Amino acid sequence: MRVLGIETSCDETGVAVYDSKGGLLAHALHSQIEIHAEYGGVVPELASRDHVRKALPLIREVFHQAQISSESIDGVAYTAGPGLVGALLVGSAIGRSLAWAWQVPAVGVHHMEGHLLAPMLEADPPGFPFIAMLVSGGHTQLVKVDGIGRYQLLGESLDDAAGEAFDKTAKLLELPYPGGPELAKLAQDGDPKRYRFPRPMTDRPGLDFSFSGLKTFALNTQQAAKREEGDPLPRQTLADIARAFEDAVVDTLMIKCRRAVRQTGVKTLVMAGGVSANRRLRECIGEMMVKEDGRAYYPRPEFCTDNGAMIAYAGWQRLRAGQSEPLRFSANPRWKMESLEAV
Amino acid sequence: MKLLALETAAEACSVALLIDGEIHLRYEVRPRGHSELVLAMMDELLNEAGLVPPQLDAIAFGRGPGSFTGVRIATGVVQGVAFAADLPVVPVSTLAALAQRACRENGFERLLPAFDARMGEVYWAAYHLGAAGLVELEGREAVAKAEDVNLPDGDGWYGVGTGWAVFGGLLAERMGAGLEERMPDLYCSAEDVALLGVAGFDAGNSVAPELALPVYLRDRVANKKAG
Repeated sequence: MRVLGIETSCDETGVAVYDSKGGLLAHALHSQIEIHAEYGGVVPELASRDHVRKALPLIREVFHQAQISSESIDGVAYTAGPGLVGALLVGSAIGRSLAWAWQVPAVGVHHMEGHLLAPMLEADPPGFPFIAMLVSGGHTQLVKVDGIGRYQLLGESLDDAAGEAFDKTAKLLELPYPGGPELAKLAQDGDPKRYRFPRPMTDRPGLDFSFSGLKTFALNTQQAAKREEGDPLPRQTLADIARAFEDAVVDTLMIKCRRAVRQTGVKTLVMAGGVSANRRLRECIGEMMVKEDGRAYYPRPEFCTDNGAMIAYAGWQRLRAGQSEPLRFSANPRWKMESLEAV
Repeated sequence: MKLLALETAAEACSVALLIDGEIHLRYEVRPRGHSELVLAMMDELLNEAGLVPPQLDAIAFGRGPGSFTGVRIATGVVQGVAFAADLPVVPVSTLAALAQRACRENGFERLLPAFDARMGEVYWAAYHLGAAGLVELEGREAVAKAEDVNLPDGDGWYGVGTGWAVFGGLLAERMGAGLEERMPDLYCSAEDVALLGVAGFDAGNSVAPELALPVYLRDRVANKKAG
């Protein structure tokens, strides 16, 4: 079975073709970072406008890359939520209509299910059950995964997502948009011993997160430093603050993951979502899992962020189980992952 | 000539199938329900006619202006179907389609279609009845405040569309004796998108599926950050 996957939930248009025999045949991505940069954040209407310009050219591109014709497509998967409603509707409209005209089944895919199944696209995929930590600009969740569609939410962020905290703190440090990766780059030159930020909610039981306080802590640290060193701050001080912030987020995520692994006895951990591309986080989680006598899995960096490949794969899992959409489409911006059906 | 037309830019969702001059229509007023309706309407019409998408000659759609999301629903559906069935696409102005409807159903010959564009503005244009019973644009389509829209010369003008519901008083006052009547509750129909679509197709105005894009008129949708 060969499935076309379309992802348009936020600021990236992703398209891919997954084949049950040949694996991932092709994938293409268009990032809107430049469009939103001058606004300092994603503008939903501009995101929708760009998806409608880019989706079909990307579909043509993947067919060309894979050297396949559209007649060989057996199903279409598109992200139906969660995400920006207008952006989701673009991919849903195109995907559902392609399927109708090709007379093949279509399925609306849950964006986070796509992320947590992304490591399945790699040569050495994890087996069930596993603990998934989804960390992106929109989500921070710990989920126990017993199979496709069998998800138990163990904990999540009560306020800012980890990626959001990265972006907001980067903005505070006046780094260019999108700030998260820039902050991580700056942190490489930081002195880990100069500042120490708290590890929120690690001193009490439970698997929930809270990251909004770290941003405030960064602000206070920055202001105190400015009083001593003047404004603008020297680059080294900015790097030291970035390093302290990153260490606090990474450490907090690691502590909660370790706790989830110990609580459930599940020794396989999957990290996915944009923040899982963070090098220091990967190292820290990898070392922790070795100590726990388990193993951590990650998608390749390009499939940590939003992409069409994970949607094609998750869609294939659902289509082959016989799921399909009726003759309409809708976007579900606040779709709960626990409401998904098991297959 | 077999042409499918869809229109989802405003309150009504409609699909028309035109086969050799004969129109088959599905039309329903259900704001925010277009994504639930439009594919089923298309499917029914094609089934009744015993057609599949590749047997069509072209597909037309209301390319805006209108609700941004509504216009993108028609655009996305048209892109998908046209790509899958390898069909040319004819974009049709929703203002022209509304003018065409007023002309077709009521016999009006000078039309001022206006849609409420929110933020105190209207989407606005002027049309007159031209050759072959089809409306022709005078000047340009615009988005503007009701007090700033360009008024046409002469009299016998009919104001149609939701813009006349929201700003009817002001627009009527500005038009004075030039305005004959207002019909604020007239919506676009895919029937007129089909009629204008055939003409557009014959005139060579069709595009490839990926160039079937919305015309929003309003292009400033966010403020850039300071500095």
